[in-house]
Amino acid sequence: MSNGPIVSGKDPRFTPTLYAHVGKPQSWTLDYYLGHGGYETARAVLSGKQPEEVVDEVKKSGLRGRGGAGFPTGVKWSFMPNDGQQHYLICNADESEPASFKDRYIMEDDPHQLIEGMIIGGYAIRATKGYIYIRGEYKKAYDRLVAAIKEARERGYLGQNLFGSGFDFDIFVHRGAGAYICGEETALMNSLEGLRANPRMKPPFPAQSGLYGKPTTINNVESLASVVHIMQRGADWFAQMGTEKSKGMKLYQVSGPARRPGVYELPMGTTFRELIYDWAGGPTEPIKAFIPGGSSTPLLPFTDEYLDLPMDYESLVAAKSSLGTGGVVLIPQSVCIVDAIWNLIRFYAHESCGKCTPCREGVSGWLPQLFEKFETGKATHEDLKTMEDLLDQIEGRSFCPLADAAVWPIRGALRHFRDEFVHHIEHGTCAVQSGPRWR
Amino acid sequence: MGFFDDKQDWLAEVFAQYPEDRRRSALMPLLRRVQQDEGYVSFERMKEIAALVGTTATEVAGVMSFYSYYQGLPTGKYHIQVCRTLSCKLAGSDELWKTLTERLGILPGEVTEDGRFSLQAVECLGSCHTGPVIQINDEHYVERVTKERLEALLEGLSQDKPLEEVRRELPGEEQMGKATIELAEGGES
Ligand SMILES: Cc1cc2nc3c(=O)[nH]c(=O)nc-3n(C[C@H](O)[C@H](O)[C@H](O)COP(=O)(O)O)c2cc1C
Ligand code: SF4
Ligand code: FES
Repeated sequence: MSNGPIVSGKDPRFTPTLYAHVGKPQSWTLDYYLGHGGYETARAVLSGKQPEEVVDEVKKSGLRGRGGAGFPTGVKWSFMPNDGQQHYLICNADESEPASFKDRYIMEDDPHQLIEGMIIGGYAIRATKGYIYIRGEYKKAYDRLVAAIKEARERGYLGQNLFGSGFDFDIFVHRGAGAYICGEETALMNSLEGLRANPRMKPPFPAQSGLYGKPTTINNVESLASVVHIMQRGADWFAQMGTEKSKGMKLYQVSGPARRPGVYELPMGTTFRELIYDWAGGPTEPIKAFIPGGSSTPLLPFTDEYLDLPMDYESLVAAKSSLGTGGVVLIPQSVCIVDAIWNLIRFYAHESCGKCTPCREGVSGWLPQLFEKFETGKATHEDLKTMEDLLDQIEGRSFCPLADAAVWPIRGALRHFRDEFVHHIEHGTCAVQSGPRWR
Repeated sequence: MGFFDDKQDWLAEVFAQYPEDRRRSALMPLLRRVQQDEGYVSFERMKEIAALVGTTATEVAGVMSFYSYYQGLPTGKYHIQVCRTLSCKLAGSDELWKTLTERLGILPGEVTEDGRFSLQAVECLGSCHTGPVIQINDEHYVERVTKERLEALLEGLSQDKPLEEVRRELPGEEQMGKATIELAEGGES
């Protein structure tokens, strides 16, 4: 174990960094942060490196965006022009994909870590202004961020001429108001501009024309926080954790009936079994399926074959699912799969922005109608066929990925638990009867 | 008097966050402020906001309707938003929702006769490990709303104690607001 890459949270060489201070008393204050080496990395970067060198180091680390799509962060940064225009860095803190709650605690308990990551990111892409777009419901995180930014400004960590380097950078926080689509990067920019949050046509890509028509980069909270540690410890340190194409550590989340549900920072490539049993304490009741990476990722059966999968981008694609945001949900034996998926489809139907036809008619209209039929015992084999045809009609044909995100959970359910849909057709009821779940 | 007349310093601070020629970016913060202080956004207020950011009231209404937080009709003093998404459902949010509608005798869009409570079903609040979760107004979450914690919450709010105080005194509150949460051993559901 000692010479290979670190792929287990139990490997003695692994130490948490992103969540090192989460849960510690006063961890959100500037004094605490400075007492733990805070802002030293930003100081070293701004006074000792060129922006291109930062981009190269992040490229070399292999960091891939933690917002769900996994696009290499350094590569994304390299798309930004060097044209002397106003550039913007946006931190995507919308965190609205069901089963995801990892970014929240970085902002609540370690907001300065995010601010430091944004200073470094802003420097790398030559942005002088950063916006944090935070979902409106995260009140505690918002309060802590605003207080942290104020403290940082007062002591010269934000504002003009940071660390005597001549680089100016400031951060503002913009609150959302309850709309999942605002997490999509171009919808987010419209929302920030005070417009309805419909996604924009791409191209132009944000690096060409983003917020207010200026070159813009959007990164997830966890991605930006990771940059602090990459620049502090070096790209090689980051790249020695994880699997061939999925590097570093990652924040995984467990919800549903587990003994210790919550967020766990583990190296990429850790198995679901380790996460669920060794860290989250195992299930509290018999489980039949799990969602591996947030509501849009197709569920998998709770069997040895899938529990032993490494949690990295490639392994999940091979299993016809996706790592997504790393949000694992345990689905108990006693819960009907049709019911569980219907709950998610209702979510996507509600959150569709209505801009394009496949999603407005398909996701918001047809799919809910079909699920209503299953729920009320009126569905036929013909309806199941219609549903599958519909999925083909929607997938890959919509304006933004939200509609695909609604299709995938159904695909997963039909792949592994088709019999439960058939049971609804043939018996008019769920295959299992769920008792009361509220305690 | 206009809503913002006595809030000029606050307004200046909000507009300073955005480029000078991009006043429209302040639309969401202004809507939120009205919603927070008045419990809903009336058409009068939409007109005031429109004038401030340089657009029409219809445009403001169009943006407003896009988001679930802003309300066009008055809400109760305590607007209770219950998460109905999967992880919370697995923790019993369907029964929690049913209990709340029965206890308060209202449906979404209605306010209790004493003006105290209104209800809204919302989507995942980003606290799936501590479900079922509710949010009241624009305040910190009430997590893991067990039957016991709900009783204590409604009791406290019915006495009009400050929400923050009620929340702090809920049974088991020390555990909440944490990135991981330990459930009682055995954990039958
Ligand atoms: C419907 C939809 C919702 C999204 N929600 C989020 C979100 O809440 N947080 C996030 O970081 N990325 C979200 N994304 C992905 C972003 O569009 C974008 O890819 C990401 O913020 C880029 O950051 P990264 O490269 O650091 O991952 C969403 C995408 C879609 C299509
Ligand atoms: S796919 Fe859905 S959310 Fe995306 S643009 Fe079309 S209607 Fe809007
Ligand atoms: S499902 Fe309720 S907070 Fe996520």
